[in-house]
Amino acid sequence: MSMQLLAAGPLMHGVVPLGEAIAFWILAPIAVLGGIGMVFFRNAVHSALSLAATMMCLGAIYMIEQGPFIGFVQIIVYTGAIMILFLFVLMLVGRDSSDSLVETLRGQRLASALFGLAFVLIVAVTVGRAFKGIKPANLDAVNAKGGNVNSLATSIFTRYLFAFELTSALLIVAAVAAMVLAHVERTGPKLTQKQAARDRIRSGRPQNWPGPGVLSSGNSIGTPALLPDGSPSEESVLTSTPGVRELPGGSS
Amino acid sequence: MTPTYYLVLSAILFTIGAVGVLVRRNAIVVFMCIELMLNAVNLTLVTFSRINGSLDGQVIAFFVMVVAAAEVVVGLAIIMSIFRTRRSASVDDVNLLKY
Repeated sequence: MSMQLLAAGPLMHGVVPLGEAIAFWILAPIAVLGGIGMVFFRNAVHSALSLAATMMCLGAIYMIEQGPFIGFVQIIVYTGAIMILFLFVLMLVGRDSSDSLVETLRGQRLASALFGLAFVLIVAVTVGRAFKGIKPANLDAVNAKGGNVNSLATSIFTRYLFAFELTSALLIVAAVAAMVLAHVERTGPKLTQKQAARDRIRSGRPQNWPGPGVLSSGNSIGTPALLPDGSPSEESVLTSTPGVRELPGGSS
Repeated sequence: MTPTYYLVLSAILFTIGAVGVLVRRNAIVVFMCIELMLNAVNLTLVTFSRINGSLDGQVIAFFVMVVAAAEVVVGLAIIMSIFRTRRSASVDDVNLLKY
């Protein structure tokens, strides 16, 4: 490294190309801000979206770190599949997704913040000193030999073949476990259409339940419908438990 | 700038994830914080792969992603089944083994 390049400032120009340094200084703050946002947003959906931003930045960082395949896998698997799974579960869990502000253990937040500060100082300083001025043996030679994907495939299907086979077992076990855990056993006999119609007639309320109001002021399911005299109908909005409308027959 | 900066970034992200696990009460957000920690470790693996000039780190990061995907599937199913019985996703409400 010549003197002029070092004089351009060690933050921007060390042993990596200038473009990579610029990309890093754009992506890294976004990644850190996304992580901080994930911890501090009260709403879990906002947390999930800021985590998705962090993961996108990490995918781009993998790409500039000479791992294009792992970068794309990061974006497809993490932001594409895993974060969508998180959002699905958030939507299923529903309104309860915002966090409580009550501190269960007194002083826990302060202690956690202090722990985090100490931990990041220790690790960052140790790593920074241990790898100070390191010259990366870049992956250009490996990637040039048949490309990044080919080299990775060769590695996975030769040296890491056994681990690769084990992951297939892991994925099958995980899929079966998810099905077992999410499955609900039927406790009573299945309600037939005839029985349902009979229950409905006997309930004293054979007509449909009113839908929520679709008014010019809003179309949320929380907006009650208006009765002909202009008063809001309590029956048209969801009751006590989120996502469940209590029906007279006891079934939901 | 050297690849060490990536390692420091990874340390920062890992710490954010760890503090999030300690601070947040919503089980799903705790889970997302764990994902952030896994991502931070993946970043160190990819960086070390580059420092050493060998693709092994990227292969292991790939395996970490597979394990993380499996873990998310099972964990979210557990959270769902807890939510179904307790009507809550807060880690403070799951205290039946406490007394």
